Amino acid sequence: MNKIVEKEHFSERVVKIVVEAPLIAKSRKPGNFVIVRVGEQGERIPLTIAGADIQKGTISLVVQKMGVSTTKLCDLEVGDCITDLVGPLGQPTEIHQVGTVLACGGGVGVAPLLPIVEAYKKAGNRVVTILAARSKELVILEDEVRKWSDEVIVMTDDGSYGKKGLITEGMEEVIRREKVDECVTIGPAIMMKFCALTTKKHAIPTVASLNAIMVDGTGMCGACRVTVGGKTRFTCVDGPEFDAHKIDFDEMMARLAGYKPEEQEKMEHFLQQ
Amino acid sequence: MERSDEQIKKERKQPWRVELQKKNKAKDRMAIQRVVMPEVEPEERIKSQRIEVNSQLTKEQVMQEATRCMDCVNPTCMEGCPVSINIPGFIKRIERGEFQEAASVLKETSALPAVCGRVCPQEKQCEAKCFYVEKLNRPAVAIGYLERFAADYERESGTISVPVVAEANGVKVAVVGSGPSGLSFAGDMIKLGYEVTVFEALHEIGGVLKYGIPEFRLPNAVVDVEIENLRMMGVKFVANFIVGQTASLDDLKEAGFKAFYVASGAGLPRFMNIPGENLNGIFSSNEYLTRVNLMGADNVDSDTPVLRGKNVVVVGGGNTAMDSVRTAKRLGAERAMIVYRRSKEEMPARKEEVHHALQEGVEFLTLSNPVEYIAGENGRVSQVKIQKMELGEPDASGRRRPVPIEGSEYLIDASVVVVAVGVSPNPLIPNTVKGLNVSKWGTIEVEQDKMQSSIPELFAGGDIVRGGATVILAMGDGRKAAANMDNYLKKKHQIQARGV
Ligand SMILES: Cc1cc2nc3c(=O)[nH]c(=O)nc-3n(C[C@H](O)[C@H](O)[C@H](O)COP(=O)(O)OP(=O)(O)OC[C@H]3O[C@@H](n4cnc5c(N)ncnc54)[C@H](O)[C@@H]3O)c2cc1C
Ligand SMILES: Cc1cc2nc3c(=O)[nH]c(=O)nc-3n(C[C@H](O)[C@H](O)[C@H](O)COP(=O)(O)OP(=O)(O)OC[C@H]3O[C@@H](n4cnc5c(N)ncnc54)[C@H](O)[C@@H]3O)c2cc1C
Ligand code: FES
Repeated sequence: MNKIVEKEHFSERVVKIVVEAPLIAKSRKPGNFVIVRVGEQGERIPLTIAGADIQKGTISLVVQKMGVSTTKLCDLEVGDCITDLVGPLGQPTEIHQVGTVLACGGGVGVAPLLPIVEAYKKAGNRVVTILAARSKELVILEDEVRKWSDEVIVMTDDGSYGKKGLITEGMEEVIRREKVDECVTIGPAIMMKFCALTTKKHAIPTVASLNAIMVDGTGMCGACRVTVGGKTRFTCVDGPEFDAHKIDFDEMMARLAGYKPEEQEKMEHFLQQ
Repeated sequence: MERSDEQIKKERKQPWRVELQKKNKAKDRMAIQRVVMPEVEPEERIKSQRIEVNSQLTKEQVMQEATRCMDCVNPTCMEGCPVSINIPGFIKRIERGEFQEAASVLKETSALPAVCGRVCPQEKQCEAKCFYVEKLNRPAVAIGYLERFAADYERESGTISVPVVAEANGVKVAVVGSGPSGLSFAGDMIKLGYEVTVFEALHEIGGVLKYGIPEFRLPNAVVDVEIENLRMMGVKFVANFIVGQTASLDDLKEAGFKAFYVASGAGLPRFMNIPGENLNGIFSSNEYLTRVNLMGADNVDSDTPVLRGKNVVVVGGGNTAMDSVRTAKRLGAERAMIVYRRSKEEMPARKEEVHHALQEGVEFLTLSNPVEYIAGENGRVSQVKIQKMELGEPDASGRRRPVPIEGSEYLIDASVVVVAVGVSPNPLIPNTVKGLNVSKWGTIEVEQDKMQSSIPELFAGGDIVRGGATVILAMGDGRKAAANMDNYLKKKHQIQARGV
């Protein structure tokens, strides 16, 4: 059982929790994730390890309320235990010194982006980070990201904070202005798709971190399969990061929507209780 | 432990056995018909994933069935058993009504008789070699049913004895994986006095017995009793721990573990790489069965969803395919179909499962192979393109090779497809442990009969060594590995004691 030792609200729907997991804190690398289950009837859901403290033996997770499982998790308080937590899972991010890195995070995707930004910076890169959200309240982790970025550009759809516009407009601006050697994008699938199209135009190597639907997270079931470069890969063991220019995003988006009616039913059932 | 042929022969001459042999004439024994297992009616049982199909035989029935056994001078049935269970020894005790004793005989060899009695392919093993089959061409003694009865009797009587455990020797050993192989290894090692910890990646202990094989064939309660027993004997279980990820083997060595038994199974699902295979509604059997059996998706209160369909196609002919197609039936499918590229006779599934599937209304499309999946709305599969096959020359397995018939393709409707065409060894340990010899199939190579790998303190067995195999073989490997690891550690210990 893993005890929650800290909890912080980033917004109405986004919560950061710090949870005891000493072994994972020690063995995790940037880009790794965990699988979490809340309650005996709980579902196994993947969440990126946003940070870790080896001394305290804790990891932090940033969770956005989406449906039943994330709501149950966000409703836990300090002192409560997470029923099951396993990891670290997935391949860690490959981080080298390449020059200038453009990091693009959308919505709750900023949480998994944070440890990657930190690692790129520590490896001696210039890091320009673009944070995108629908509106001001949904911009998260801005201060933390600033700590590890040379420059941060905030973009909102409605212009309520930072610049008004889509993330790709911000990207174009940076690419026009300076040489970008690598790009990393994490966020909603549709955002990643357009980020990838943008960098492809400029031939900038790009990785995307995919949030496929998972069950076990250990390569056992294939729920998380995606097509990359025409080949089927498992996001949980081969990813979650892949060459963004080779990902079949349309298939990925269709797969993400594969349980919509069932998820809605579960949510209604949950709310009734 | 296992008995030699000598001992088996000697036992047969014990006074009680001789007396029993004389009690009935051979002719009378042979006149008895094989017992019929009472089953829950198909219409009733398909209402739930959790109703066991086979119900219980009565004491009278099993004693009569045991009477059929001729107590052969050469018990060929034992040759058919991969772990050489003392079959006449336990059956003759059943004939005398000594069920508890029968269970004890089983436990000398098998760590999980209640499981094996339910899931072993008896018709290819012990029962295939039974005198009745070999010499009389008649139905075998129902060895599997008798095994199941004795084990259940012991469990239900509440008198399961916790075996005597040797004095603790303070030597720590680790088990990777809690399937039947890891469990049987753990049982033997704890009895020998070792400090045993079983690490399991999932949140449940039991491996395929929990996430794969459905409760209508193997109730979880049966498995849980065995796990609870091991716990009482002192085995520690650590769930949610992936060896190689949460901590490495080196980390565990540092934590004081002296040797390892890797029983990480064959958990990697295979797909066929045909067009449309990543459409929604297409599952590996592992995903489909895990969602239902491990995550309880058949229950409305579970947070895990599973897709249901009016027409469900399951590709394959093994136990996994049968379990999937019968699960689909229980999730409400009107048409649940097996699509298999060979003929029914060649299906690797247990005969009883095929029989039960037929009773439940499963359709069998044999000599058929899917070649493409067609999308309907929202990226969900709606049709399967099927090609007909014919049998050609025998292949490496000795079975006739299925050959596609050009131009025979046709479409059937299906909104759920389960791909059950086999599994590969779990790659984690083979990929991450340096110096470990691994075959080209990704299985861990071990010295036969010793189960010792190229790394002396690492033993391995079950599906990670054999590829997809059986529960009884996985269990047998665990026991062999325990005996040999014990030898190995003792020797090493003595060497150290001599100060070398
Ligand atoms: C490797 C990885 C890392 C992730 N890291 C984080 C993280 O750090 N923080 C975080 O908040 N979320 C993260 N996610 C997404 C998170 O797992 C999902 O939001 C969660 O599973 C939704 O479960 P639910 O029951 O609350 O919602 P559901 O009721 O299952 O779904 C609600 C909505 O979410 C969508 N959805 C369902 N599953 C996913 C999914 N896996 N990813 C995205 N959308 C989904 C559905 O289409 C639906 O519209 C990550 C996903 C992956 C694969
Ligand atoms: C659906 C289905 C039906 C079957 N039906 C039958 C049948 O009727 N009769 C029969 O004889 N056989 C049957 N089999 C085959 C049989 O179940 C297997 O041969 C047997 O379970 C193998 O046992 P095992 O202990 O080697 O591995 P498994 O039972 O596969 O257990 C391995 C365990 O190791 C865990 N693990 C893997 N890697 C790690 C790691 N790095 N760290 C920690 N834990 C790890 C896994 O999560 C898993 O729980 C069936 C299999 C399936 C899938
Ligand atoms: S989540 Fe099951 S294989 Fe990736």
